[in-house]
Amino acid sequence: MARALAITLALIVVVTCGLFVVHPWWFPDPISTAASAIDRQFAMTFAVCGVLFALAQGTMAWFVWRYQGSRRRAEIRDGRGNGRMEPAWAAMVLLLFVSLGAAGYRVWARDVSQGPAPGALRVEVWGEQFAWYFRYPGPDGHFGPTHPDQMNDGTGNYLGLDRDHDAAARDDIVAATLTVPAGQPVELVLRSKDVIHSFFVRELRIKQDATPGSISSIRFTAERTGRYEIVCSELCGLGHYKMHADLDVVTAEEFQAWLVKQAQSQ
Amino acid sequence: MPPHPDVSSNPPAAPSHFLRRYVFSTDHKTIGVQYYGLGLLAVLIGILCSAFLRLHLAWPQLPLPLIGHISPTGAPGGVITPEYYLSLMTLHATLMVFFVLTTVPQSGFGNLLLPGQTGASQMALPRLNMLSVWLTFASFCVLMSTYFISDGPPISGWTAYPPLSAIGSVAGPGEGLGQTLWLISIAIFCVGSILGAANVIATVLRRDPEIRWMSLPLTAWAWFISAILIVLSFLVLLAADGLLLSDRLAGTSFFVPAGVVVSDELLAHQGGSPLLWQNLFWFFGHPEVYITILPAMGIVSRVLSVFSRKPVFAYRETVGSFVAIGALSFVVWGHHMYTTGMNPYMTMSFAMLTMVIAVPSAATTFSWLGTLWRGRIEFTLPMLFALGFVSIFVSGGLTGLFLAQPSLDLYLRGTYFVVAHLHLVMGVAVVFAIFSATAYWFPVMFGRMMNDRLGKIHFWLTFAGVYCTFVPMHFLGFAGLPRRYSALSETRFASDLVHLNTFISVAALVTTAAQLLFLVNFFWSMFRGTPAGPNPWDSGASEQSLPAPAATAAN
Repeated sequence: MARALAITLALIVVVTCGLFVVHPWWFPDPISTAASAIDRQFAMTFAVCGVLFALAQGTMAWFVWRYQGSRRRAEIRDGRGNGRMEPAWAAMVLLLFVSLGAAGYRVWARDVSQGPAPGALRVEVWGEQFAWYFRYPGPDGHFGPTHPDQMNDGTGNYLGLDRDHDAAARDDIVAATLTVPAGQPVELVLRSKDVIHSFFVRELRIKQDATPGSISSIRFTAERTGRYEIVCSELCGLGHYKMHADLDVVTAEEFQAWLVKQAQSQ
Repeated sequence: MPPHPDVSSNPPAAPSHFLRRYVFSTDHKTIGVQYYGLGLLAVLIGILCSAFLRLHLAWPQLPLPLIGHISPTGAPGGVITPEYYLSLMTLHATLMVFFVLTTVPQSGFGNLLLPGQTGASQMALPRLNMLSVWLTFASFCVLMSTYFISDGPPISGWTAYPPLSAIGSVAGPGEGLGQTLWLISIAIFCVGSILGAANVIATVLRRDPEIRWMSLPLTAWAWFISAILIVLSFLVLLAADGLLLSDRLAGTSFFVPAGVVVSDELLAHQGGSPLLWQNLFWFFGHPEVYITILPAMGIVSRVLSVFSRKPVFAYRETVGSFVAIGALSFVVWGHHMYTTGMNPYMTMSFAMLTMVIAVPSAATTFSWLGTLWRGRIEFTLPMLFALGFVSIFVSGGLTGLFLAQPSLDLYLRGTYFVVAHLHLVMGVAVVFAIFSATAYWFPVMFGRMMNDRLGKIHFWLTFAGVYCTFVPMHFLGFAGLPRRYSALSETRFASDLVHLNTFISVAALVTTAAQLLFLVNFFWSMFRGTPAGPNPWDSGASEQSLPAPAATAAN
């Protein structure tokens, strides 16, 4: 039994670590520099966890093998064990974990705690059961007010804009796809019409909740053109699993052309 | 190992009337077994739910006649609808978190053994104890009743985030009466748990004065600290639960802001904050994790020590770790809310404190390994499960280092990575401790031993099964697959994950099937197991010599 358990534990370490090294399923490639920095933090955390994992499981496998039904009474020491080793171990672990946390915090703070980048493109992201809408401010650079009492998916006025009375709303563009130019900083303002949704783009390593009654924002700069998937990652009702939209990262020229086309179709 | 007290007084003669003896009993052992029985019923339903979830995720169109028969509307023709998927998930989580992981290690084994370990013959407040167990049972009945109402069972998950859970049927199926009953069930559960915990605290404080704090067994320490956490955190959940009920039934707006438009209908609520619920819920929710794991840690410390034939390594430091875990568990709740856009300074403090709370857990792991070191290890059934616990606790605990970091959590939150993490560290680990404790204290419960051979087959299948289920599940998370999706077909990138997903389902179903061995062993041994001697494990622990409770109906 002892050998079986020791070998099983060793196998768990080898197979698990092997899977992580080979990783047949993995993160999609990052498309922003911030996402690449997060990936480096992932790599560091993998290393720390991997070592501790192998160390703990390996030690247990060794002890289980070595001390199985040991009849050598001399092996069994008294007392409460050498408790002094424990604080030393705890201090070591504390130092390791806090350093890891501090390194991770630097990565996070660089993105989050800075103000909006100059020249950022502001886009409002609206969640509703079970769709995403994206609003661009139009040439005037201002979002018009939204009127909850006028929100009506049936008539296509998803965000309750009053284009007849609100000047700022007149040139607002509402789209079902998030289109952004590559290389330009983007600031997303997250809002929700009904329940909590969560905006998640894997390739940007970004996730943020869209909470009704409050506004939060996130920033990113996508470097690589392409079509990426936006999914909802907060349970929002029975259609949660099919609440998704596309993020199109295009060139600056394509983006201008897209804006013009959208403005015409509003 | 600290010296264990002997039981100083004989328990009073058991009442002879059947109802007083087995049903409305105030005897701590009978109540312990009652809690255990309730947990067993809950775990059976809970695991059946997860089997349906895994079947549906791997083979969405496969008709499951059983579930079609149970709920013709939820699974017409046996094919589970998206809302019924979410309701099964909600039931699975609610049953497992509240009625299994919270109830069995703390209330089940706590009641069974705490008086013996504190030199008392009964819990401090026996009648209150009976009230606690019956409230918990009532809460269970209310929860299960939601599956038999026409409005449909709740689908908001065990976290029940408003506004989804606050605005009623307009938010979709299951948000009507089903959600209201869910909240009532949780409220009753809170009251039962708080009363039960008060009893544990009183029993420890009013213990035999001969027993010093530093000679209490680690199990008693764990039940004591866990009970304090229950009183402090379930009170907050109870308050939040009441406010949410009031939003639903009395038209208040604690959690619903102005301007909420659902299906083109503008709701009348205004002025509430959905984030208030998250703060209150996780103020309960994070200590809750430790409420389930601390008694498990205590049990494992005991079993490892007995079958290494050595005292607990670094007993004092381990007590210190338990106390530190208990205290720190109240200041880390914000790590469940990194994606809400809260103040970056708050995020930083929660992240660092979360790193710090990992330290006492690591120290306790060190104590377990230290207990094995130079021991004389005997591979009994309880010992195998305790060793399995340590392995799984380490595997599941380490992934917490990813989730503690906001930069990484922004990617992993709400994905299958979290599902894998929480199931290993909170679910499977605690269940392994329960298996260990069941085998170890089976003689105390029923005066008999569990079947060793059957138990060991069950151990190996389960140990291999959970690793095959949950290690691959981390990769679904690395690929970014969100949890709580009733189908993967709508997400483009999920097409690469189909085979992995199917593999996880197969592993989970095999592991689930293996639990039948435990059931067979449990009931067979209860009636036909080898009678246990006065000190079956040769352990020197006092509670082993207690007579088996009235519940040995077989005798």
